[in-house]
Amino acid sequence: MNRLWLAVALGGAGTFSMRASFLLAAHRMADVPPLVQRILRQIPAAALASIVVPAFVRPDGRFSLWTPELAAGALAALVAWRTRSSILTLVVGMVVLVALDAL
Amino acid sequence: MRDDPRIGELRAGALAVAPLLVGVIPFGLVAGAAPVDSHLGGGIAVGLSTVVFAGASQLAMVDVLGGGGSVLVAVITAWTINLRLMLYSASLSPFVAREPLARRGWMAYLLTDQAYAVSITRWSGGGHAAAPERRVPFYLGAALTLWVNWQICTVVGVLIGNAIPDSLPIEFAVPLVFLVLLVPALTSVPAVMAALFGGGAAVVCGELGGANLAVVAGAVAGITAGVVAEHLRDGPARREATP
Repeated sequence: MNRLWLAVALGGAGTFSMRASFLLAAHRMADVPPLVQRILRQIPAAALASIVVPAFVRPDGRFSLWTPELAAGALAALVAWRTRSSILTLVVGMVVLVALDAL
Repeated sequence: MRDDPRIGELRAGALAVAPLLVGVIPFGLVAGAAPVDSHLGGGIAVGLSTVVFAGASQLAMVDVLGGGGSVLVAVITAWTINLRLMLYSASLSPFVAREPLARRGWMAYLLTDQAYAVSITRWSGGGHAAAPERRVPFYLGAALTLWVNWQICTVVGVLIGNAIPDSLPIEFAVPLVFLVLLVPALTSVPAVMAALFGGGAAVVCGELGGANLAVVAGAVAGITAGVVAEHLRDGPARREATP
């Protein structure tokens, strides 16, 4: 039992350290060098794509370009691009995925 | 009080993550149900959700501990999966550099993929919404909504199990909403390069058996591609206004 709580405590401590790493030092990040700014600027697109792309082409842990997720995602990307609406993108993506899964 | 822009930002943050909650709910139910199913107990489920508070790593820990694996393996697996949170921490830091230490501390505790994604999108967009005094309320609205939702789902999952049938792929809501955040960010060649190389490297990393590190590998590759593309376009980095 204590073994499990030790894992919870250590897992939580390490995870908090990673979350806090830069945020707790942020007072030194008010004026960062230009190259660092340039690096930080790339994080949103790079990280979001790293989450989104595998969800579309590796949904079951195996790479394939022939997945219902990719078809639904491609259509949803079009909706996202034209409308910028989370709700509309969500509805179109989910409906297409459920429909393709039902086929 | 009612006209306080901070109240508006709090609400805007909560609204921004609302579509993401759809996809997070089944995940939260599993975070509650899996430890019970693995005979680790409901207390551990709630402990993981409050202390670790990071879904994928919680499930990985349950997998290891439930299968008789060691504490060390469980913890290192969780840390590996959560390494990506350092990138979010770095990315958000310049925007909250002037906030008090304690405030940055709880912002860190509440940091998730979802809270990061909606906040960085909001703050990078410029305009009123990006004004320094509005940042923390927006983040709080988003992150706290996710936290409360996560704890409720965990408890429900402990009590009644995973009530959502596997055939309903509502987890897919999360990448779909991230797509809505990603698409408007793709306004320049460097950003497109960062996304292409990031997404590609994440897939390759997963194929090589390193799915736990896919986001970190993707981010490193994407950042490199974006930095190189900016260098080719603009030359060496020059000093610019801080956010």
